[in-house]
Amino acid sequence: MTDTPAIRVRGITVGFGEKIILDHLDLDVKRGEVLGFVGGSGTGKSVLTRTILGLVHQREGSIEVFGQDLAALKPDEHRAMERRWGVLFQHGALFSGLTVRQNIQVPMREYLHLSQELMDELAMLKIRMVGLPADAAEKFPSELSGGMIKRAALARALALDPEILFLDEPTSGLDPIGAAEFDTLIRTLQKTLGLTVYMVTHDLDSLYSICDRIAALADRKIVAAGTLEEILQVRHPWVQSYFHGARAKARGASS
Amino acid sequence: MAREPGFSEKLVGERLHLVLSGEWTLAVSAQLEAASRKLLASAHRALKVTLDLEHIERIDTAGAWLVDRVRADLVAHGIDADYGGARADFTLLLTESRYEPVPQPVARHGNLFVDLLADIGETIVGIARNLLGGMTFLGKVVHALVRVILNPARLRGTSVVFHVEAFAFRSLPIIVLINFLVGCIVAQQSIFQLQKFGAATFSVDLIGILTLRELAVLLTSIMIAGRSGSAITAELGSMKMREEIDALRVMGMSPIDVLVMPRILALVISLPLLTFLADLAGILGGMVVALTYGDISPEVFFARLQSAIALNTFLVGLIKAPFMATVIGIIAAMEGLATQGSAESLGRQVTASVVKSIFMVIVVDGIFAMFFAAIKY
Repeated sequence: MTDTPAIRVRGITVGFGEKIILDHLDLDVKRGEVLGFVGGSGTGKSVLTRTILGLVHQREGSIEVFGQDLAALKPDEHRAMERRWGVLFQHGALFSGLTVRQNIQVPMREYLHLSQELMDELAMLKIRMVGLPADAAEKFPSELSGGMIKRAALARALALDPEILFLDEPTSGLDPIGAAEFDTLIRTLQKTLGLTVYMVTHDLDSLYSICDRIAALADRKIVAAGTLEEILQVRHPWVQSYFHGARAKARGASS
Repeated sequence: MAREPGFSEKLVGERLHLVLSGEWTLAVSAQLEAASRKLLASAHRALKVTLDLEHIERIDTAGAWLVDRVRADLVAHGIDADYGGARADFTLLLTESRYEPVPQPVARHGNLFVDLLADIGETIVGIARNLLGGMTFLGKVVHALVRVILNPARLRGTSVVFHVEAFAFRSLPIIVLINFLVGCIVAQQSIFQLQKFGAATFSVDLIGILTLRELAVLLTSIMIAGRSGSAITAELGSMKMREEIDALRVMGMSPIDVLVMPRILALVISLPLLTFLADLAGILGGMVVALTYGDISPEVFFARLQSAIALNTFLVGLIKAPFMATVIGIIAAMEGLATQGSAESLGRQVTASVVKSIFMVIVVDGIFAMFFAAIKY
């Protein structure tokens, strides 16, 4: 049971019109690991994430989450599955008409039977866990800074205590200190809650510091997957230039 | 299937051991709160309590929070409470989800009467601010217009033409259709009523004067307020939300020049053109019904029409059109630029834009009616 990967993607093909974005792609995310997913801009990282989440439909292939084929699930089973994952969108995607507290309570109201008092308490707990000040609870998303929006969106993603957390470029748009804090936060939460984390990122620091494994997307396929050491040995030109390029060298020099 | 959260009691010496079992997670949210309440009730009977976590199958942040809330409550009541058999993997969770009192939001209790007065006052001040804001905005637009007149190269011609197409050309079918139908209805009603006096042919006077002076321009303005005014508000509002307006400003361009002026100018060009076509459509509708329902032949219809109306009848309607266009454009642009950050706010602004501009169109029409009556035009 524990051997089945949290997410198993097999032979996924996705295209829009004539254009094929992903071509018979395979990917495994093991339980309890932080998988960093890298790829050049426009290579289809987000498309794969959206395909797993069911927002984009594949032409071929299967996606299994916790050993269950998503395509074979009935609608209510699919809803039950959606309760087991939380998603942090790139720009937060907080509901602009609701306060942070109300945003966190949206999934709770929909799926759980809790008293308002406990929902308020749990929302405050999540706000504390993601490192937001308590007075952020009654603020609207338009009153928050970029970093606070990410944290608030993470709190909403964690509202139902999911087992898998999808993060779409969680540290983009944050300053290096904020990004490092966010990395630590994700690591702490992952340990505390036993999460499986699937993280799309461009941030070399995140890859070095918190990812257990890394998967690289290029040429419409996963060209490399493994630990950082394994990835550094891969001879694919894009992977080479990504991990041995000027920015990576600069990082190596400073650390 | 998840096992429900529960616990069993065990007395060891003076210490009451509460052995928690089952799943303390949100998956069984309905039972979770009840279990924590029962746990609290049981624990209150003893003086020394140990919460034994060894047999819990699963626990999440909500479960940990509730268990820790029970412990905190017991400690607050002077009961010696601690954890027993906490597994290593729970410890981290219990520390992260430790209980802290959540300040309850303070509900504001106001006097109902005072609140009512405050609301009325706020509304009145709001209306006054709105009027003042409208005047200021009109001033800015006129200022921009003067600059354009002094330096015609500043005029954004492409934008104006683009918007004339969107406002006038694209809305032509619906405006012709509704004016045609309203012309038909007016003809049918007037023929039906006037037949009783044997004066059915006078319905032509009614159709001609009513359509040219009032109906065509009013219907067209209301339609454009709903169709193009809302579009202007939504466009400017979403640009405001995405900081596009700010981007224009920092590039040294005035949003009034770039966005508002071309739209208002396009409206001022479009509305008279549409009104003219609406005039024709309304009269055509009247003529069709006069022929089919009132047996008034087109020859008789036109003879009557020529004696009933003069150029001034037509001009009264047409003169109003640019004013209506300006009112619609100013309100739509103002409401759009007043949009705040949220999607809800955009919806509110679009609604306000349409409601206000239709209201103002009718007010302006009333003012013109009084004016033309006074000068006997």
